[in-house]
Parts: sequence; C-alpha cells; structure tokens
Amino acid sequence: MTHSEYDEYRPPEPPRRRRGGRGAGPGGKGKRRRDLTESGGDGSREMAMVEDVEFESYYGRPVVKAPPWETPIGIYLFVGGLAGASGLLQAGAALTGNTELRRSARLVAIAAVGVGTPALVIDLGRPERFLHMMRVFKVSSPMSLGTWILSSYASGAAMTAANEVDRLTGERLPFGPLRPLLRLAEGPSAVLQGVMGAPLAAYTAVLLGDTAVPTWNAARHGLPFVFVSSASLAAGGMAMALTSQKNAGPARLLAAAGVIGDIVGMHFTKSRMHPLESEPLEEGTPGKLLTWAERLAVAGGIGTLLARRSRTVAVASGLALAGASALTRFGVLHAGHESVKDPRRVMIPQKDRLEKRRAAGITDDSITTGW
Amino acid sequence: MGLLSGPEENPAADSGWGHDHARKGFFTDTSICIGCKACEVACKEWNRNPQDGDLKILGSSYDNTGSLGANTWRHVAFVEQKKDRIEEARESGRKLVSLGMPTIGPRSGAAAPGGRAGEDFTGVDTTPPDTPEFRWLMSSDVCKHCTHAGCLDVCPTGALFRTEFGTVVVQSDICNGCGTCVGGCPFGVIERRDDGTVSPKEDRGRVQQEVPNKGTANKCTLCYDRLVEGEEPACAKTCPTTSIKFGDRSDMVEQAHERVAQLHAQGMTEARLYGANPEDGVGGTGSVFLLLDEPEVYGLPPDPQVPTADLPHMYRTAAVAMGGMLVATALAFLGGRR
Ligand code: SF4
Ligand code: SF4
Repeated sequence: MTHSEYDEYRPPEPPRRRRGGRGAGPGGKGKRRRDLTESGGDGSREMAMVEDVEFESYYGRPVVKAPPWETPIGIYLFVGGLAGASGLLQAGAALTGNTELRRSARLVAIAAVGVGTPALVIDLGRPERFLHMMRVFKVSSPMSLGTWILSSYASGAAMTAANEVDRLTGERLPFGPLRPLLRLAEGPSAVLQGVMGAPLAAYTAVLLGDTAVPTWNAARHGLPFVFVSSASLAAGGMAMALTSQKNAGPARLLAAAGVIGDIVGMHFTKSRMHPLESEPLEEGTPGKLLTWAERLAVAGGIGTLLARRSRTVAVASGLALAGASALTRFGVLHAGHESVKDPRRVMIPQKDRLEKRRAAGITDDSITTGW
Repeated sequence: MGLLSGPEENPAADSGWGHDHARKGFFTDTSICIGCKACEVACKEWNRNPQDGDLKILGSSYDNTGSLGANTWRHVAFVEQKKDRIEEARESGRKLVSLGMPTIGPRSGAAAPGGRAGEDFTGVDTTPPDTPEFRWLMSSDVCKHCTHAGCLDVCPTGALFRTEFGTVVVQSDICNGCGTCVGGCPFGVIERRDDGTVSPKEDRGRVQQEVPNKGTANKCTLCYDRLVEGEEPACAKTCPTTSIKFGDRSDMVEQAHERVAQLHAQGMTEARLYGANPEDGVGGTGSVFLLLDEPEVYGLPPDPQVPTADLPHMYRTAAVAMGGMLVATALAFLGGRR
C-alpha cells in the first residue's frame, strides 16, 4: 500500500455560513441543518461534498426568475406613467379651455411616448419582432393589454401633439391639404388620449404584480395606487414647470394629490406584504432609491404649494417630482430583481401561507401530498 | 379559453383543440434516480441546447449544472443528508399523510415490513450511502407543464401555446423575447436565451457553439417534435432506471399514487407527491414528482401559485386606482381654476 501526502489530507473546515437573523419575520424560523462533516471524524464515513446548507433552499439558489427587464424598462415605467397622467391633464385642459396647460401636457406626453416606446422595443430579446405583440389581444396578459393601450394612446398623442406643434410654429409644418383633416382629428384624438391615459399609468403595476417575483407579486394589492399617484405627480410636476403660474393651477393640484397618494399608497402596499417580501423595498440600492423618491416627492409637494408665486420654484419642484417618480419606478423594478436572489423570500412566505391555510382547516390545496 | 385557476380536467380541449387527445406528462420517481444525468445529456443533444455557464465546479455535491434555464431543460439536483434530516423528512411526510386521505398500508416506519427506520448502523464503518445514516437525494427537475401555466397566460405574442398533448410549448419563430413569461412561471423554469450564455473567454480554443433562437424564451417542450411522431421524450427514453416515466398524464398520476403508497408501506414515510393535486395553486402539474423530502430541499417552491389566478382581482384594484386618478384630475381642474 502506498501513501501519498494527500491520504492525510482533510480540507480545513471553513466557518459556517449563517444567514439566519436577517429579516426574521413571522416565518423566520432560522432552522439550521447540522453539518454533515460533524460526525465520522475518522474519515471512514461518507464525507460531505458540500458545507452547511439552509434547508429552506437548494444551495441558496434562486427558486423563481425575474424577467430580464433592465434600465430601458425602468425608463419606460417612468415615462409611461408620465404620458398617461399627461393624457388626462391635456383632456382636462382642453375641456376647460386652458390652452397653455393643454399644450404643455401634450408636448410632455409625446416626448414621453417618444422615449418610452423605443425603450420598450430595445429591451426585447428580438426587437425586430416587436409587432408580434399585435398578433393577439389577450386579456390574461397585462403585457398584451399594455401594448394595445400604449399603441392607441400613442396614436392619439401623436395627433394632438402634431396639432400643437403646427400651431406653435405658425402652421409652417408641411401638412398642406391634410391640415383640415388634422384639425378635425384633434378632438377625437384628445378623447382617445384622455381615455387611455389612466390605463397607461396603471397597467404597469398589474404587469409587475402578475409575476411570481415575490416583492412584485406581494405588492399587487397596492402597487396600482402607487403607480397612478407617481404618474400624477410626475405629469403634474412637468406641466407645472412648463406652464405659466396663472394657468398651472390644475397641474399643481394634481401633483400635490399625487404626492399624497404616492406616500400613502407605498405604505399601504408594504403593510400588505410579508416582511421578507417588503424588505427589498427598504434595504440596499432599491431601498435607497425609494427613500430618495419619497424625500424628493415631499420636497416637490411642498414646492407645489409655493409654485404659484415663483416660476423658479415651479420648475425646481416640477423636476423634483419627475425625479421622484423615476426613482420610485427604478426602486420597485430593482426591488423585484433583488427579491428573487434570496430563495428565502420565496420559500418562507409560501410556507407561511400554506401553514396558515392548514391551520384554518384547508388541507386539500397543497401541491405536496402524502397519498 | 382555459381557466385561470382551479381544477381543470382537460386543458388542451379548453384551449380550443377540438378533439380529445390524452394529456401527456412525466412521472419522475426520485426514489430510484441514481443521478447519472443521462436525461440532462439526452435533452441537450436532442434539443441542441447550447452550453450553459462556464463548466465550473459549483460546490453543490455532484450538481454542476446549477438550475433549469434557457439552455438546461432537465436538471438533476443532488442533496446530501444525514440521519437527523432523514428522520425529519420521515416525520414531515407522516404529517402530510395524516392531512390527506389515510387509506393505504401501514405507515409507521419501524413496524412496517421491510421498514428501515429502526435500523441502526452506528459504529459500522462500511455504511452504504442509501441508508438512514446518510443519503443522497437526486431528482431530475423539468418544466412542470402546468394545468394553469403562468408563462402561457402572460405571453403577449401567443408564442407560448397549449399543444394537443396538453403541454406548454414556445414557438421560437413567434417569440419576441419580451421576457414576461420568465416572471410568470412560479417554478423559475423558463428563461430568455441571451447571447451572453457562453462566455467568450472560456470559449478560446474550442469550437464556437452555434446558439439557436437567441433572444427568445426557451424551456422544455416535452419533446413536442418527438411526440407528434409518436415517440417519447428523449429524457424518459434514455433514463436507465425508469425514474423518468412518460405517458398519459392520468396514468402517470395513478402510478405516482401507487408508488407512494408502496413506499409508505415499506416505512418510507418521507415519500410524497408533488404536483398530483388538481386543487393546488397551478391546478396540478403535467410533470408529477415523487420526492423524499420537503420540496424546498430540492429547490422547488412549497406553495406555488400561478400569478394569473389573482389577475381579476388585480384588474379590479387597478380599476379603483384609475378611478381615483380620474377623480383627482377632475377635482384638480375644478379647484385649479382659481
Ligand atoms: S413550470 Fe413554468 S415554464 Fe413550465 S409550464 Fe409551468 S409556468 Fe410554464
Ligand atoms: S418572451 Fe416570448 S414566450 Fe415569453 S412572454 Fe414574451 S413573447 Fe411570449
């Protein structure tokens, strides 16, 4: 029998990885599995190939996957909301004969759609197949509904904006004989843009809620409120910045309402979530983004109260509000991505709800069965 | 159109297939899996799936595949367990039985014929792995081909569809890679195949691999191309232990029930089924599993719910929010005319 130096070799035991304490919510039973190498020190038994593993997961690997939605989608969430609420503002301004506000809102809307649509397309794995979205109209798919909402909104917004720009440039755009038609279409387009405005602002919340990503899915009870509020404060803010104080009254009020809705909505949303699901909204980078979103929203909200007197304040708080909305969207987007990284955020809330149902006497709906 | 949740007898017929085709499915009996990974290889070869990752040792027992994804449609999980953990599994399994329908066989471990719970191998040096002293759990995971498939429900292009076999398949020439399905799957199965799956550095000196269907979502098709020819899926065909069984889904479920009863009769109360319950959060899965511990040990979610089951409620919430937005705008204009 030959001996080599490796016969004596046992790898040094690394310090045990513990992930217990963090976020020990109601279900944070930090059950630790005893290590396989603890017994059989003579090396004659089976030696574990792996070190201590949390039993709530498979080597700490993610259980669900987050959609590959990166920065362009964050931008889209922001500008989509901005466009949506601007659609309502322009409709209201048109109805009340507030020409200046109407123009601002329409220009913001077309700029937002102009940024948002390409952002949406770029993020596709196969951008050249964007139009495949138009093959079907599928109620069970918020993405499908959203595509139809966006495209009808965008066609309305393009018409109203074309009219505004045409008037702004003293009818110098080369529309020729089509100009009367363009004017004729303005009213119906404004209606279309107005009608599609709220759905455009709200559907993205359903899009995120309708996933298995724990933080998004758990936020589904409140996220629509956050998103429409965030849209309102952004659109109100931008319109307020671009409109003279005299005509910006409705924009200021909408922005102020949005700030209140945004802050209340976010707290309501979190209150309905398992601690492990809401944590990503409060910790790390997404947590920071959302904290700053709230600060900017409050600052901008206070600004709306003073913006009547000073255009500078109006512009500054308008930008603060737009920034708040963008940060909110990026914060929520990244919190979702963060939440899939730790399998406990999937496993423990699920085990808890299963336990709760069992405790309530519902024992027939588990995916795991003993018979 | 199919239902969003709840038991559903025939998802294919409800999706518009006019005829009565038997729903096909897998029964993966992990109690006889030997971890040879032949299924992984057969799947890769038949479906021409490109390399996944960097061919690194992952430090997770014999599992260096990692997880299911765009390029990995069968994934063999390896878990190492010691006696105390096995006992816990046995106990949790026993509890499950008492929750359900206690019908078949003696369930108590040591008392059962061939029962192994009472055996004591302490002090014996040549302990074989598959005893209560130590065990490997091996399980070949795959797309569940859910009755209520989240991926399919949320796909905006119609690329994902329900086949005549009741399975869920992506049409790679339709998919535009929007990625919605990735978030829709409660099991983390489907994934978008990105160009970056093969790292260029590791690739040096090797033949550059052809990556088909870049940028589209990919997952197990239950070998749709083989099924239409009357063949069985590559993984089931190759599995040397019949751990992966393929057939009519109803037969698979029946076999699963029989097998779990058999194991319980032998005292292996740790055995349990995963996906055989039509009342569960996805309406039962097309791929049924027999597990020897709690699902989370294998990286399977313990209470998956198809997100679309709650979609009507989400639409209602959104409608309320939109109403609030309209009212706020109207009030802003009423109050803002000062
Ligand atoms: S397991 Fe996931 S990918 Fe497979 S059918 Fe169900 S939802 Fe779709
Ligand atoms: S990535 Fe492809 S299969 Fe998945 S939802 Fe989008 S279009 Fe459908």
